[in-house]
Amino acid sequence: MSTTESSSGKTLVWGLFLLMLVLHQDKWWWDDGTFVFGFLPIGLAFHAAFSLACAALGWVAIKMAWPHDLEAFAETETTAAEKEEGSS
Amino acid sequence: MSTLVVIVCYLCLLLALGFYSSRLFRGTSKDYFVASHSIGPFLLLMSVFGTTMTAFALVGSTGKSFERGIGTYGLMASISGLVHAAVFFIIGIRLWAFGKKYGYVTQIQFFRARFESDGLGYLLFPILVLLVVPYLLIGIIGAGKTIEPVTAGAFPTIFTDPSIPAWLGGVPPWLTGLVVCGVVLAYVFMGGSRGAAYANTFQTIVFMFMGLVAFVFIVKALGGIDNAGNVAARITEDGKIVQDFRFDKKAGALAKNVPPKPIGRLLESDRANELANVQPHFTRTPIDVEFNKKNPKTGKISSFERQLGIPFLTFITYLFIPLSVGMFPHLFQHWLTAKSAKAFRLTVIAHPLCIMVVWVPCVLIGAWASGLLPPGIPPPAVLSAMLKLLVGDPILTGLLTAGVLAAIMSSLDSQFLCMGTIFTNDIVLHRAGKEKYSDKQIIFIARAFIVGIVVLTYVLAMWAKDANVFDLAIWCFSGFAALFPLVVAALYWKRATKEGAYAGIIAAMVVWFYYFRLSGYGGEYVVGPGIVPAAICFVASAVALVAVSLVTKPPSKETIDKFFPDAA
Repeated sequence: MSTTESSSGKTLVWGLFLLMLVLHQDKWWWDDGTFVFGFLPIGLAFHAAFSLACAALGWVAIKMAWPHDLEAFAETETTAAEKEEGSS
Repeated sequence: MSTLVVIVCYLCLLLALGFYSSRLFRGTSKDYFVASHSIGPFLLLMSVFGTTMTAFALVGSTGKSFERGIGTYGLMASISGLVHAAVFFIIGIRLWAFGKKYGYVTQIQFFRARFESDGLGYLLFPILVLLVVPYLLIGIIGAGKTIEPVTAGAFPTIFTDPSIPAWLGGVPPWLTGLVVCGVVLAYVFMGGSRGAAYANTFQTIVFMFMGLVAFVFIVKALGGIDNAGNVAARITEDGKIVQDFRFDKKAGALAKNVPPKPIGRLLESDRANELANVQPHFTRTPIDVEFNKKNPKTGKISSFERQLGIPFLTFITYLFIPLSVGMFPHLFQHWLTAKSAKAFRLTVIAHPLCIMVVWVPCVLIGAWASGLLPPGIPPPAVLSAMLKLLVGDPILTGLLTAGVLAAIMSSLDSQFLCMGTIFTNDIVLHRAGKEKYSDKQIIFIARAFIVGIVVLTYVLAMWAKDANVFDLAIWCFSGFAALFPLVVAALYWKRATKEGAYAGIIAAMVVWFYYFRLSGYGGEYVVGPGIVPAAICFVASAVALVAVSLVTKPPSKETIDKFFPDAA
């Protein structure tokens, strides 16, 4: 994936994330107790659908904004001096 | 008694799993602490989900929904699906890269290196322990509250002082806590982090499956999915809160209360017309009500006030609370030591789905319970009381209760182990040097510290046995959320300095403790019109960190080059 592709992918993912944050504040049907599918209060149904959308956003983020550069950085050879910390 | 036998069998199964994982244990401290970096995608998902969803998810969410209604799901579950996945992606993968590159195992090792400060580790260690303890407490409290009602009547001559008379002969919370701590300790001792990961995976599958089974049986007892929604408490034209149904245990079916049974009243009587026939647990705008409560020991009727629904400002500011996952020690450790970056992919996608599968049924059960259980029942006991009332079969009740215990224990194990790892690596070995102790001695030190933490947690759990599981968990999450600016600054802001880190941590903890004290040490608390303390703690920490960093000397070039490879 080119840098341009990755950068536009990140912008898209951030945009969707912010949109989701706004959609989460679903004040418009706080007083509505209507059932969806005959048993699920609409407020709960909306947030269950929101959870599904979160999973979809995760999939989009992995496809379009995966940090390949960071992965490559971590997988390169490390000297003993660099590993002075940790490694119990 | 059959219920208890099933629960005991489940605990024995866990011990057997611990014994099996001990056979895979390689005997080294590295294997004990981080399973030799062998945790792949599925184990990572189950471990992360299992540890973040403790008694809080099953027992707490049902109880909170019983108190406040379906808004509980948006308050914690759906926002966690979004924020947790984002934190795994933005923070987790970057931490994995540094863990892989430089060999860090614990968050204190990472912060010490990033902020070039040994002292920072000594400041962070007691804070992390202090914040994890409430999370451990809710597991033990939740287990006690779950087992006592479902085993009521099993030992009427032995356990003669129940929490309420109806639970006479049930296994008391002190004994449940002792057994749960013992079992978790046993398999953590035997298998170390691999044992904990296996047990987590097994238990997470058990509690997700059993949660769904419980839901199916409860729905069936309520007359089917289409009828279940009618059961929740309702407001009448004259402002009373009534229960339209009761559960007839002999017939094994719902029966109509004629006339409906009043259990409380609206405090804002002028809203009675507007709210007539509304089931307040299915809406979210706050409604102040007064409920009747019968003292189970004296029979005396008294009243108490409760707010149903959720203030909108509270709902918005709750989004700060899931940020806590960015600073939870056991998650930090999982991130630093995961097998590969790709191991995160499944967690990022599936974590919100797992939350949904567990929370939607629990929140519904809690809301339905408002129409069947007395309003004064302790919220942590709502789930088990519904099981006891609606699922008559003792074996099935035992299996379902084992599912609740699975959720609780799958959190305790990782936390215990993580505390032992931090203490051993960041305090003992950091001071004395790695060469001073053999591998066996290192494992012994970790185990000894874990035993100390377990004893402390158990004593505190017995002292705070009536604490609200949901609220106590929120205080724990709030503390970690307040520290979130620290990890963001460490990873993404080159100008963040050692002094800034100190200031951020101290500000977070001072503000957190101030509000924790005001809450009566663990009660529900909001500031002003409904702002959750986590939001204020977060802002205080971020402001202190940024302000002090800007007026102090920037980190060395070596540190910048090491932690900001893209800028080097």
